[in-house]
Amino acid sequence: MDFAFSEEQEELRAGVRTVLDTECSPDALRAFDLADEDHRATLAANRWAVLAELGAPALVVPEAAHGLGLSDVDLVGVLEEAGRACLPEPLLETAALAAPTLAALLPDPTAAAALAALVEDDASFAVGGVDVAVGGLVSPTTVSPDGALRTPRVVGARDAAVFLLACRDADSGWQLHAVPEASCEVYPSPALSSSRDLSTVHWPLDAETLLAYGVAAEAAVALLADRAAAGSAALLVGLADRMLAITALYAKQRHQFGKAIGSFQAVKHLLADARVALEFARPATYRAAWSLAAAQPTLSHDASMAKAMASDAADLAARVALQVHGAIGYTWECDLHFFLKQTWALSRAWGDAATHRRLVLQAVTGH
Amino acid sequence: MDLTFSPEDEAFRAEARAWLEAHVPADPLPSLDTAAGFEAHRAWERSMFEDRWSVVSWPVEYGGRDLGIFEWLVFEEEYYRARAPKRVSQNGIFLLAPTMLEYGTDAQKARYLPPMAAGDEIWCQGWSEPDAGSDLAGIRSRAVRSAAGDGWILNGQKTWASRGAFADWCFGIFRTDPEAERHRGLTYFLVAMDSPGVTVRPIPQIDGETGFAEIFFDNVAVPEDQVLGEVGAGWSVAMATAGSERGLSLRSPARYTGAADRLVGLFHQRGGPASSVDAVAQAHMDAEAYQLHTYWTASRVARGHAVGPEASCNKIFWSETDVAIHTAALDLLGPDAELLEAGAPGEWLDGYLFSLAGPIYAGTNEIQRNVVAERLLGLPRG
Repeated sequence: MDFAFSEEQEELRAGVRTVLDTECSPDALRAFDLADEDHRATLAANRWAVLAELGAPALVVPEAAHGLGLSDVDLVGVLEEAGRACLPEPLLETAALAAPTLAALLPDPTAAAALAALVEDDASFAVGGVDVAVGGLVSPTTVSPDGALRTPRVVGARDAAVFLLACRDADSGWQLHAVPEASCEVYPSPALSSSRDLSTVHWPLDAETLLAYGVAAEAAVALLADRAAAGSAALLVGLADRMLAITALYAKQRHQFGKAIGSFQAVKHLLADARVALEFARPATYRAAWSLAAAQPTLSHDASMAKAMASDAADLAARVALQVHGAIGYTWECDLHFFLKQTWALSRAWGDAATHRRLVLQAVTGH
Repeated sequence: MDLTFSPEDEAFRAEARAWLEAHVPADPLPSLDTAAGFEAHRAWERSMFEDRWSVVSWPVEYGGRDLGIFEWLVFEEEYYRARAPKRVSQNGIFLLAPTMLEYGTDAQKARYLPPMAAGDEIWCQGWSEPDAGSDLAGIRSRAVRSAAGDGWILNGQKTWASRGAFADWCFGIFRTDPEAERHRGLTYFLVAMDSPGVTVRPIPQIDGETGFAEIFFDNVAVPEDQVLGEVGAGWSVAMATAGSERGLSLRSPARYTGAADRLVGLFHQRGGPASSVDAVAQAHMDAEAYQLHTYWTASRVARGHAVGPEASCNKIFWSETDVAIHTAALDLLGPDAELLEAGAPGEWLDGYLFSLAGPIYAGTNEIQRNVVAERLLGLPRG
């Protein structure tokens, strides 16, 4: 039993934080939010290049496929930092969802080509077509009248080279595809958080892009959903940590009644409760990463527990952060709203806390 | 990172499990808050001590096995799994002992630890006073040098002393320098409860049993070698005990994972309204999160880090988790919840009443929230 990160893992995380402190500062988020499409794409490409230089997108790609060959335990701290920075680029989708899903399908040539684009060309991936529900996974992908498939809420589509997309029909079950960017039509969906890159994607059903179908696709999609729950939990832990840091600082600086508002117990206790929730969501999140890396039979339970606890902890931190800031927190001028909006989006993405609580109980009671 | 126990730990688990299966009384002991129950629990402590199971993490010379923190956690998991009796010696072995191992003299350790481990001397905690609860530094019970200069004379009143009605010894803090600033001038004393001048008045608790007591000190003479730590340093010695109380040692996670498992079993067996799904699932997750957090903290301790103010997060979390688990169980029991009958309903009710003390003792959760806000988030003192 050694539930701790290694020095190398701590250094990797610290390195990512240092880079994101500059590349993804609140000022950078503000500039990104205001940019036109061309400028936005440039900003995104520049930031992605810096992350690629650190090796972040290909962290868990095996060395045989020219990745870094590290594990989900190495990745979880990096994801937490991405959450902390409110990173707009699809690091979760690329590094934690698509890359390991594709790597598991090697030597499939479609998967190999996609991974080569990631490692050699610093490509990013988009992911979509899977929703988490109490009764099991469902696909929001539908067939449009012209026969093309239509997948809403694909994440990371605007700049992706390859799209990892799922669909399901009642007769033949799940299919998982790696669709090249050239075959996809991308319709960006305006969304609450400018750090959520959401689009509706139209794509052709083509045997050339098929990665897996039937039982194999069902297993791959189930694992993808567990990865997504565990990974988005890490983003949420980072967001909660950041919101508490911003708010504690504000509570020390803002004076009312001649005192820092952070000296009032009513304010202290709000923040303390959020801090306690974060303190216990953290080990649940790190355990889920270890369960992924060590392929534990309890993975689904552990990932759902992490997502439920991290969603609740981040939602509480967001609620408290806004309340303690007061009216200034309700403005676009204040940095806080970037983190609030990303939290409100991510706490519900890949299954909200209530859904994952039910999944946890199903796993524990066996039905 | 590795979240599996080593083969050695698992072998130790099997050994502990086998011993407990062979020795845990088939029928529950009478309540330890009665005279007969107290002695029955003392006898259980003795039987554990005889086979070196009462204090596995202590040094061998004091009756332990010198085992590490993870083996202690494994033992606790097996102890709760076996539904073994409550530890009547817990104030001594879990709170005083870690403090004594850090601050005590060799002579004190040799004198007090073995009988504590054996259940021959059971300790209670004399901290709170009628006017010093959350504001512990406001204590007024005092100790002055004896005329002969070879010891101390104690006067005052302590209250809410768990196990105080039947305990053999008391550890407490007394004011030795009334001129000093509130947190200074305090000293940590060890007092035999049969000393002349000690009067105990048991206080019936919410369940009618005498779980705690008031202790009156009327010119109680205490020799010099019953001071723990430096004279005047009682506050920092006491905070070491409080750290144990809130942090790792008093409330092992197995207590909550065991209760949460029984709650899930109750839900499985009786069902419940849709609304109870959230409560049952959350109870299971919180108990497991506390267990993971303990592994996390223990891994840091094993690497030589100290437990910091995170201990206050712990205390808030385990106490509120305990209340939530028992509340959920009573909700599932519905109309049966008020029955004091033996078996499931009575045990849940008993546990519920006990859980409600958790947010109050060991420093109220409101005080812990202040600690979390000030020491973890850096907010200014009020």
